[in-house]
Amino acid sequence: MLRVFTAIPYAWLFVLFLVPFGIVLKISVSDYAVSIPPYTPTFDLAAGWDGVVAFVAALDFENFVFLTEDDLYWKAYLSSVQIAAVSTGLALVAGFPIAYAMSRASDVWRPALMMLVILPFWTSFLIRVYAWIGILANEGFLNQFLIWSGVISEPLQLLNTPVAVYIGIVYTYLPFMILPVYASLDRMDPALLEAAEDLGCSRLSAFWHVTWPLARPGVVAGSFLVFIPAVGEFVIPSLLGGSGTLMIGKVLWEEFFSNRDWPVASAVAIILLLILIVPIVLFQRHQARERAA
Amino acid sequence: MVNELGFAPWDDPGAAPLIRIERVSKRFGDFAAIDDLTLDIYPREFFALLGPSGCGKTTLMRMLAGFEAPSAGGLVIDGQDMAGVAPNKRAVNMMFQSYALFPHLSVWDNIAFGLKRDRMAKPAIADRVDEMLKLVQLDGFARRKPHQISGGQRQRVALARSLAKAPKLLLLDEPLGALDKKLREETQFELMEIQEQTGTTFVIVTHDQEEAMTVASRVAVMEAGRLVQVDTPDRIYEQPNSVYVADFIGDVNLIEGRVGALGDTVRLDWAEGRSLTGQAGGALTPGAAATLVIRPEKIAIARDEPTEANRVRGKILDIGYLGNLSTYHVALPEGPVVKCSVTNRSRLSRRDFTWDDEVWVSWSDTAGLVLGA
Repeated sequence: MLRVFTAIPYAWLFVLFLVPFGIVLKISVSDYAVSIPPYTPTFDLAAGWDGVVAFVAALDFENFVFLTEDDLYWKAYLSSVQIAAVSTGLALVAGFPIAYAMSRASDVWRPALMMLVILPFWTSFLIRVYAWIGILANEGFLNQFLIWSGVISEPLQLLNTPVAVYIGIVYTYLPFMILPVYASLDRMDPALLEAAEDLGCSRLSAFWHVTWPLARPGVVAGSFLVFIPAVGEFVIPSLLGGSGTLMIGKVLWEEFFSNRDWPVASAVAIILLLILIVPIVLFQRHQARERAA
Repeated sequence: MVNELGFAPWDDPGAAPLIRIERVSKRFGDFAAIDDLTLDIYPREFFALLGPSGCGKTTLMRMLAGFEAPSAGGLVIDGQDMAGVAPNKRAVNMMFQSYALFPHLSVWDNIAFGLKRDRMAKPAIADRVDEMLKLVQLDGFARRKPHQISGGQRQRVALARSLAKAPKLLLLDEPLGALDKKLREETQFELMEIQEQTGTTFVIVTHDQEEAMTVASRVAVMEAGRLVQVDTPDRIYEQPNSVYVADFIGDVNLIEGRVGALGDTVRLDWAEGRSLTGQAGGALTPGAAATLVIRPEKIAIARDEPTEANRVRGKILDIGYLGNLSTYHVALPEGPVVKCSVTNRSRLSRRDFTWDDEVWVSWSDTAGLVLGA
């Protein structure tokens, strides 16, 4: 009976992750064709064993080779990783103090603060990104306010710049940073900081020697939760970033829907997955080693 | 016992105290956690702060550590006024009730933590940590993390860590509270041994009176932010200065009445035409309300009328069998129930008394203490 229950999540993973991944992988080694579906070969059961042989023979890695030939792709990957990394750093800088303040707040305030962090999720992500257009546009709220308060005389060009993309990504994924950091800080016994002070730490060095190492698992988890979706982000760069921001999610979208070149698009997706999986595996190895030590 | 070796600096007017607490108060809003408290603690003492929860003992300890500032009064440690001195600048270390071991650091690094903050040289740190590990008998556990050792071992790590910097004063906040009874008793003696070996002044906070009696050179019994009695364990037990102390420490019979004749001993009229005698515990006025305090182990139980000064007749209401001891609850016809504990020198099957037996309970005229209400 227990086996059946433990099999359910594996079955779920198999059906909803491995099968689609297999399909995408197959398309990535297919060739572009003007047909429905827009690639060849397709699997033909009626042809029997010969059909299988012919099918496998028709698969090749030329789409992956193509990705190395056009510098658009590696530049898009690099720029995505860079934007995601910077955004993750910014989210940490913004999120850590919030999480810290939440963990120090009185029990009366904590549920309310937690609610404020989660509240944005109650509105559609798309609408919230559109709202940022209203804020960041040349005649938007932010520029109006800055001109009104006399800080600037000419509106700042914010929309359709990388700055807007950073603002959008940090804003959107901030709760994913705050919550795990908060969880790890909340678990911390406040007596640990007193013990550190008692043993000769100043407030600052107590933070550095005690709070920070204990928050690190939360910081790492939060960083992954921000970094991974940010690398493949498509909506925010296309709505806020304009044409100047190159991100792989946008390239992927264009391959699929503008060029209708599903095999190249699939190859882009597979490489993106590899880029994300490698650091995760390395990180988990590191965690396992640290636990064993 | 420390006392029997003649260690009693509190009786020596020339002795300089390590800690002077002078008219210290601590208020949280309207609540006075510490109320105008004055106390001297001497070097090498093992001093226990004893009291029920909320009596202010923890607040007093946290003021010594520097985590709380007094609202009024002065605190001097080793000749230095502690006003405005941060916890990390005091030659005082604390062993926390939760132990507060750093979960991300090994046993070794936990003990070395304070030494590293002092920027001690690496070989010196290693020597000191090894010395501490030996002191608490944890030599083989240096590389373990706190979650990989038992509760008793964690307690020792916490002790080693707080002693590593060789503080002038070590504060112990309910240090044995998380241990089971047997381990606690063993650890009490180890604590005393370590205290003697290191010569550190220990101040321990506890709500466990047995623990305080066992380890301490002096015990301070606290109630509502005030000291009720500060004395050696034997005097706290034998010569309590109030009914509160008598009742808080150990088991006790309290018989209420009025003070009769005063002399070498005091007569207490406690029921119509009936009186008991005991030692005077403080100034008494004839006719005033008073309480006779008598410990159960000082009472004898017999079938035939004894010759002792205090003897009353009653009926056995209940018998509590504790293995080594039996406690008889004897109901007197006048109302009070007297507890009397007797060592079980013969086997249970040969016990002389049983439920509802008519018996005499008796004690000498100096066994009890008459305390003003």
